[in-house]
Amino acid sequence: MSILVYTETDNGKFKKNAFEVASYAKHVADQMGESVTALAINAENADELGTYGVSKVLGISNDSLKGFNAKAYASAIAQAAELEGSKVIIVCSSADSKYLSGILAARLNAGYVPNVVAAPEGISPFVVKRTAFSNKGFAHTEISSEVKIIGVSNNAFGLVENTTDAVVEPFDPNINDNDFGVKSVEVDKVVGKATIADADIVVSAGRGLKGPENWGMIEELADVLGAATACSKPVSDLGWRPHGEHVGQTGKPVASNLYIAIGISGAIQHLAGVSASKTKVVINNDPEAPFFKAADYGIVGDAFEVVPELIEKLKEFKAQNA
Amino acid sequence: MKILVCISNVPDTTSKINFTDDDTKFDTNGVQFVINPNDEFGLTRAMWFKEKQGATVHVATVGDASVEPTIRKALAIGADEGIRINAAPKDGFFVARQLAEIVKNGGYDLVIAGRESIDYNGGMVPGIMASLLDMNFVNTCIDLEVDGTEATAQREIDGGKEKISTSLPLIIGGQKGLVEESDLRIPNMRGIMMARKKALNIVDPIDAPSPTNDKKFERPAAKGPVKLVDAGNVGELVNLLHNEAKAL
Ligand SMILES: Cc1cc2nc3c(=O)[nH]c(=O)nc-3n(C[C@H](O)[C@H](O)[C@H](O)COP(=O)(O)OP(=O)(O)OC[C@H]3O[C@@H](n4cnc5c(N)ncnc54)[C@H](O)[C@@H]3O)c2cc1C
Ligand SMILES: Nc1ncnc2c1ncn2[C@@H]1O[C@H](COP(=O)(O)O)[C@@H](O)[C@H]1O
Repeated sequence: MSILVYTETDNGKFKKNAFEVASYAKHVADQMGESVTALAINAENADELGTYGVSKVLGISNDSLKGFNAKAYASAIAQAAELEGSKVIIVCSSADSKYLSGILAARLNAGYVPNVVAAPEGISPFVVKRTAFSNKGFAHTEISSEVKIIGVSNNAFGLVENTTDAVVEPFDPNINDNDFGVKSVEVDKVVGKATIADADIVVSAGRGLKGPENWGMIEELADVLGAATACSKPVSDLGWRPHGEHVGQTGKPVASNLYIAIGISGAIQHLAGVSASKTKVVINNDPEAPFFKAADYGIVGDAFEVVPELIEKLKEFKAQNA
Repeated sequence: MKILVCISNVPDTTSKINFTDDDTKFDTNGVQFVINPNDEFGLTRAMWFKEKQGATVHVATVGDASVEPTIRKALAIGADEGIRINAAPKDGFFVARQLAEIVKNGGYDLVIAGRESIDYNGGMVPGIMASLLDMNFVNTCIDLEVDGTEATAQREIDGGKEKISTSLPLIIGGQKGLVEESDLRIPNMRGIMMARKKALNIVDPIDAPSPTNDKKFERPAAKGPVKLVDAGNVGELVNLLHNEAKAL
């Protein structure tokens, strides 16, 4: 028996969260006295997972699985779990993994707990800690089904090296035409830029910026930091920025290492969606802005003066630390 | 086209979250319950299908009698009929089983659920339903058009969007983008009056397992005070982020 971890790739390369879920799986495997098997679809260097404690990789190379398809991917994972006799399956919190997890849970009759922020508190009973109420609380949730699926929050567990020799075995699951009732026609995705879901740093701006024409400095700041850009809800409602950048309770969740909020007041719905970030910085000209109560660092000042200055200082910092 | 909109009854987004009974229960005291925001976008899109394409729209909620005002609100917005499955929503698996039963018996072509409910954030009900019913499924759906039995959709992906073609019967996990914020409707007097006459059917739950169980809740630890850096000394922020927070 082994713990099964589904490790996502992007263009053949493992995503950072693949290594994070592998680290998590290794921790659970040690708790349970088992080993870790990973499932990787069209990965180029599957043995890289050995660094994070994976001892076996089921490697699928199948052209029909080049693009993501939730049902087909869920089917592949279910078949891998059956092959390995895995009772615990670990996935990440990407949009794709969240998409397939419900399907997978139904197929395996498994209890699924998403947004898990720590290693299991116990394995008998099996209890995990997860966020609930849009980060306004945590729940300690028991999973009582025989097969269990855990969705690990981004940046919650971190990378833990545990070098093992990973054996890569080809795996050829049964994929049916019937799995492709939903067809991808076109993917429109920014390339070469960090996304809100994966980025270590997110630079976010709100209505305090006055208008879309002022986002140049936000993009420049994000560029210097290798960060993703995000915005508050009214900013996307007004059409200043695309909907996909809206973060908060009703937008995308943010769980980055560093979140920089510029000209955002810190309404409860905004904070709910971003508070899982480790370090929060606020730049706002109103010392009473509620965000200061939720932040680690703050500057009371005009964004139009502070941000360009911050860009300069970061460039100097980078030059020194290059 | 027959549409079922699955509506989860959740605390208003401004709610403060507290727990009672030794932190084993969510404290509903003073909490205002609303239609889950993701479901409100879906319901509004369903209204569009009703008005433009003659669809019939039913709404369903798994919950005790306390969820009825939320169902009535959906009827006041324009849904034709409400269904309440009379059971406490124990977990996502349990809820999905109940709703799947309604879909199976009701012959729905399109099921609109939300990407996630903002209370327990399970994000699993539509996917489990789709799998149980073997229906096509599009999650994080931000655009949906239906022409006969063909459907085109867009879904939000990390870092962009994806265009999708599929067919009915279909389940979506919807969210903001399905309709614009400004298209959301507040029930008017006439709608509220009409809603009183619409059917709200109460259905007994089926036996179904709930493999997960929240044993205990916890509030996030209180935050220490913010460290303020002078606006004239921005370099100090870079310094703190590097040396203290280790974030750079
Ligand atoms: C059901 C519901 C769901 C919601 N979901 C979300 C959500 O998911 N995400 C979200 O973000 N919001 C959400 N909201 C909206 C939320 O309540 C707030 O209205 C919103 O977050 C405010 O956005 P803002 O901070 O950009 O704008 P404002 O509240 O207008 O704040 C602008 C800030 O900029 C500051 N400012 C102005 N000029 C400058 C300057 N020159 N330099 C520096 N600072 C300056 C001001 O002091 C102020 O604090 C939701 C609301 C509802 C009702
Ligand atoms: N108790 C419920 N009754 C009806 N629909 C629900 C219920 N709970 C969840 N749903 C639907 O499932 C979606 C996702 O919810 P969840 O999986 O709980 O995050 C919601 O947006 C609703 O459409």
